[in-house]
Amino acid sequence: MKINQMFWIVLIFISIVLVIFITAPIAKIMVSSSPPSLIKALTDTDVVRSILLSIITSGSAALISLAVGIPFSYLLSRFNFSGKKFIESIINIPIVIPHPVIGIAILSIAGKNCWFGRFLQMLGVKIMGTVGGIVTVLTFVSIPFFINAAKEGFENVSQKLEKVSRSLGASLPYTFFHITLPLAKRSIFIGFVMSFARAISEFGAVVIVAYHPMIAPVLIYERFEAYGLEYSLPVAFWLVSISLAVFIILRILIMKSKNE
Amino acid sequence: MIEVKDLTVEMGNFSLKEISFKVNRGDFFIIMGPNGAGKTMLIESIAGLVPVKNGKVIIDGEDVTGLPPEKRNISIVYQQPYLFPHIRVIDNIRYGLNFTTTGRNDKKKLLDKYIEGLNLKHLLNRYPSTLSGGEAQRVSLARALVVNPKVLLLDEPVSSVDPRSKHSIKELLLRIKRITGVTTVMVTHDFSDALYLGNRAVIMNNGMLAQYGTIDAIFSNPATKFVADFIGAKNIFHVKFNGSKALLGEITVETGRVVPRKEGYIAIRPEDISIGLSKIETSMRNSFIGTVSYIQSSGYFFEIGVMVKRFLFKVIITRASFFNLKLKDGERVFIFFKASSINIL
Repeated sequence: MKINQMFWIVLIFISIVLVIFITAPIAKIMVSSSPPSLIKALTDTDVVRSILLSIITSGSAALISLAVGIPFSYLLSRFNFSGKKFIESIINIPIVIPHPVIGIAILSIAGKNCWFGRFLQMLGVKIMGTVGGIVTVLTFVSIPFFINAAKEGFENVSQKLEKVSRSLGASLPYTFFHITLPLAKRSIFIGFVMSFARAISEFGAVVIVAYHPMIAPVLIYERFEAYGLEYSLPVAFWLVSISLAVFIILRILIMKSKNE
Repeated sequence: MIEVKDLTVEMGNFSLKEISFKVNRGDFFIIMGPNGAGKTMLIESIAGLVPVKNGKVIIDGEDVTGLPPEKRNISIVYQQPYLFPHIRVIDNIRYGLNFTTTGRNDKKKLLDKYIEGLNLKHLLNRYPSTLSGGEAQRVSLARALVVNPKVLLLDEPVSSVDPRSKHSIKELLLRIKRITGVTTVMVTHDFSDALYLGNRAVIMNNGMLAQYGTIDAIFSNPATKFVADFIGAKNIFHVKFNGSKALLGEITVETGRVVPRKEGYIAIRPEDISIGLSKIETSMRNSFIGTVSYIQSSGYFFEIGVMVKRFLFKVIITRASFFNLKLKDGERVFIFFKASSINIL
């Protein structure tokens, strides 16, 4: 009996330490700034603009992941082909390589030293120092999270349901849009949230490709470098608050869809 | 009519090899075989749900091998009901009507016919997750039938329901068959389902066709040792033939017909063997003395193992007979069976 109790105590102790480890720094950010400094930050156009840019570029990256990730993950979930494992590994590369390297890699392919970069320039597409560049980088770092979640969602939809639908007269696209997609929507939703979360937290790759226009993490870094911790904390407070608000809303929506 | 001609299907390491058979219009056709024989793959290839490597599927004279499943008008019901979980029962049932050219009034008539016929009215606004196994399978049948299919494919539809629902679904299948006359092909590994529902059948083994014919013919004349074993002839012995006699070691079994072969197998169903405590006058031409080597209860029946010389005969008797005889392990008993109950394989 005693050893069982000890076991539980150790588990609970480790869990408490872990929760404190994660929440303490965030909580410190939330209580460190005075109300006047928080209000002042909200009236600072640079802060508002950077937070809005963060939300818009991260949302765009998540939407692009959704649009191209759904067909790709469905294909991966339904078809076996030689090299499938290799392709699945490649998709996860952005998760494991250092983020400044991602920035450098994107610049090297989109820069004028590469034929693709020259081709983009010819089309008038500029990556370096543009919103398009930020969205490109954020899509690159966030899309694996979407694909992994959506693929798992599609794999969990029984192929027998699709077969029944086909035998009842539905075409493949009709079956996809009316049976498979609705049944995988929760995983797709989770994938969307995960990719948005990953995108809004990105700093290392963006700072290489587009220091300006400034997204919130770059602005926080700049304020910290130029003026110290005190000036970066209010911006951090608002970025964390907005991120938390977005997550709470999405979480509620996910719970609702789960209950359905 | 369905005609399957030299059908070859490959999937991973498994394949169906040159399967050929015909299903007549209105048949209740059974596909039987042990797990992994390729039964589901066969009906899915008839439905167009798996790609065919070689051969043809012809339905009512039309070669449908190249048609996608949605153009074949073949409904399939699996072992699990596979109802679409995100839509209500009524929407599940009318799903297939979105793709038929039937007029609105006729669609309504069809819906009403199956909703009433399968007693589903009280379930229409419920979601599939709230249904019992039997209810869900009835909804699945209604969904498959409402599109007026040329062929109804059933993949072990009673395997996953409780015993009470199992019987009522089997009754329902017979009723559906009688009312609609739809050509039905059912997969099962249970020979009793086949005897109850079907008129003709194929037996499959390892992707190949082992026997094809009427259920009665398969039951009374299994063509191979595998088929005999599959349909429950538990006494299968390798013998040497001498005229009408089968020599099983030192035991001589009278088969009742001259076998023009030197050796082969004989099969006897365990329920075709009688058991007694003393030798009786009987028309049965085979009578042997042996000892009870095991007694196994299976509910209403008992299986008795009787060792005759060094050969084990399995006998099935009713519970009442067992208690009348008061059999015990090691007891000396007589077994009797007719020459006509012996299958020569």
